[in-house]
Amino acid sequence: MVEKKTAGHIAVQAIFVVILVLLALSCLLPLLYNLAVSFSSKEAAEAGLVSFWPIGFTLKAYQEIMGESAFFVSFFVSVKRVAVALLITIPTLTMAAYPLAKSRQEFAPRNIILWIFVFCMLFSGGTIPWYMVMKNYGLINNIVGLAVCGGIPVFNLILMVNFFQDIPKELEEAAMVDGAGAWYILTHIIVPLSKPVIATIALFTIVTHWNDFFQGLVLSTGEKYYPLQTYIKQLIFQVDTSTMTAEQIKQASMMSNTTMNAAKIFISMIPVLCIYPFLQKYFVTGITLGGVKE
Amino acid sequence: MGKKVNILHSRAGAYWIMVLPALLWMVLINIVPMFGIVMAFQDFNPGKGMLRSEFVGLENFEYMFQMKDVSQIFTNTIVIAVGKLLLNVFVPVVFALLLNEIKNVFFKRCVQTIVYLPHFISWVIMGGILLDVFGLYGPVNMMLSAFGAERIAFFRISSLFRTLAIGTDVWKEFGFNAVVYLAALTGISPSLYEAAAIDGASRWQRMWHITLPGLKPIIVLMTILALGNILNAGFDQIYNIYNQAVYSTGDIIDTWVYRVGLNDLQYSLATAVGLLKSVVGFLLISLSYTIAYKKANYRIF
Repeated sequence: MVEKKTAGHIAVQAIFVVILVLLALSCLLPLLYNLAVSFSSKEAAEAGLVSFWPIGFTLKAYQEIMGESAFFVSFFVSVKRVAVALLITIPTLTMAAYPLAKSRQEFAPRNIILWIFVFCMLFSGGTIPWYMVMKNYGLINNIVGLAVCGGIPVFNLILMVNFFQDIPKELEEAAMVDGAGAWYILTHIIVPLSKPVIATIALFTIVTHWNDFFQGLVLSTGEKYYPLQTYIKQLIFQVDTSTMTAEQIKQASMMSNTTMNAAKIFISMIPVLCIYPFLQKYFVTGITLGGVKE
Repeated sequence: MGKKVNILHSRAGAYWIMVLPALLWMVLINIVPMFGIVMAFQDFNPGKGMLRSEFVGLENFEYMFQMKDVSQIFTNTIVIAVGKLLLNVFVPVVFALLLNEIKNVFFKRCVQTIVYLPHFISWVIMGGILLDVFGLYGPVNMMLSAFGAERIAFFRISSLFRTLAIGTDVWKEFGFNAVVYLAALTGISPSLYEAAAIDGASRWQRMWHITLPGLKPIIVLMTILALGNILNAGFDQIYNIYNQAVYSTGDIIDTWVYRVGLNDLQYSLATAVGLLKSVVGFLLISLSYTIAYKKANYRIF
C-alpha cells in the first residue's frame, strides 16, 4: 500500500508515535522510580529527592536484605507455592480438557460438566464460608492449600477446551484406527500440539500464584508462612497513617526503611519480569484462540 | 458389534478418569463452601458451628438494609465498576487503533511488551509504588511543588479516590486488554485498505469506515461480557490503595465484607452481604452471556 507522504500525514504520524511513547513511558516510570529509590542513599530517598535516577548511588539496601531471613523465607514459600500449583493445575486441566473438548456423541456428559464448571466460575459461597471450609480441611499454613484454595481455574480450563476443539479431528482418527487409546492420544498427539495454550495457562498460573496476597494472608497464621506478596503487604502497610498528620506521616516514613522496601519490591518483581516477555507470543495466541470464540 | 460397544465403553471410562481430578477439586474447594451460605440465615456462632447455630430467617438481611454503610458500599462498587467497564473498553480500543497506524514492527513490539508489563505486577506492589509516586513526598508532588503548587495527599482525598481507582486500573490493564482488539485488527482484510487508498480515502476515513466497523463485533462483545462484572470493583486493587480517610467513596462490597467478616468477626452479616452480591452478580453475568449469545453469537465453549 502506497502512503501519501504529505506534511499533514507525517505530522499526525509523529503525534501518534509521541502518544504511544508516552503511554509506554507511563508504564515504565513508576517501576523505574521504585528501582531508583532502591539504589539511592537512605537520606536522599527519605527526603523525597529521588525521581527516576538514583541519588547517592549505593547497594546498601540490597546488602541489608541479605541479612533478613524473613524475606527469603517468604520468597521460597512463594516459589514452592508456584511449583506445587503448576504441578497440580497443568496436568489436572489438561486431562479434564481433553474429554470435555469431545462432542456429546463421544462423551455424553460433557455439556453438563462444563456448565457446572461455569457455574462455579460465576458463583461462590463468599469469603467467609470459603475461609471456614479451608480451615476445616486443615489447609492453614499449608503449601498445597495455597496451591488449590482458589478453586479450579475454570477460565483456564475453558481456554484449553476451546483450543483442543480446534485441533483437527483427522489426526486423532488416524491414531484411533491404529488402535491408540484415549491416554495415548492425549499424551502423544494432543499435548505436543498444545504448546501455546499450555504455556499460556502456565504463565497465568505462575502470575496468579506469585501475585496473590489475600489467600496467603487469610490462610496463614504467622510471618514465616507468608508468601512473598503477603509479606510485602505487611511491610508497606504496617503503619496505619490514617489518623496521622502530615508531619507524623513523614516521621513514620523516616522510621521505616524506604530504600530496603523498594529493593524488596524490585526483587519480588524479577521472576515475573523475566518470564512474561518470552511467553508473549504464546499468550497472545492462547487468549485469542481460546478466549474469544465467535 | 459387542466388541465395538466395549471399546466405546472403555474410552468413556478413560474420559471419566481424566475429568475426575478436576471434578474432585471443584467439589471440595468450589462447591462445599457454597453450603456455608446457610450462615447468612443464622446467628452464626463459631463455638456451635454451622449445624447447631440458631436460624434467624432474614434477620441479617433486614439489618443489612438498615445500615447506612451497605447502600454506600453498593453505590461505591457500582460507580467504580461502571467507570472501569467503560474506560477498560474505550482506552484499549484507542490504543489498538493508534498502534495499528504504526508500520515499524520493532517499535510496535517494544511498545506492546512494555504496556503488557503492569498487568503482570500484583496490586500489592503496584499499590505500594503508586502510593509512593503520588505520596506527599513522591515525584508527582515534587513536580507540583516545583511549579509552586501545594502538595496533595492524592489517595487520602475522598472526592478524588474513585477517579484514581478507575484511572490506575485502566492504566494497569489497557495494554493487556488491547490484546483481543489487536488480534481482531489483524483479521481485517488488507484489500479493503488498498481499495480505500485507491479511492483516495484519508487516514481518518479509513479508520472510521473500515477499521472501526471491523472492530465493532468484538467491542460489543467485550462490553456485554463486562456488564456482568458490575458488582466487581476489584478487591485486590481497592484493598491495596484505600485507607480510612476514603471509606466514604472507596469502600466496596468485597473490602467491607472482608473487614466486617474476618476482622470484626461478624460472620453472618458479612456472609449475607456476600451472598446478595454473589446472587445479583450471578444473575447479571448470566444475563450478559445470554445477550452475548443472542446478539453476537458468542459461546463460552
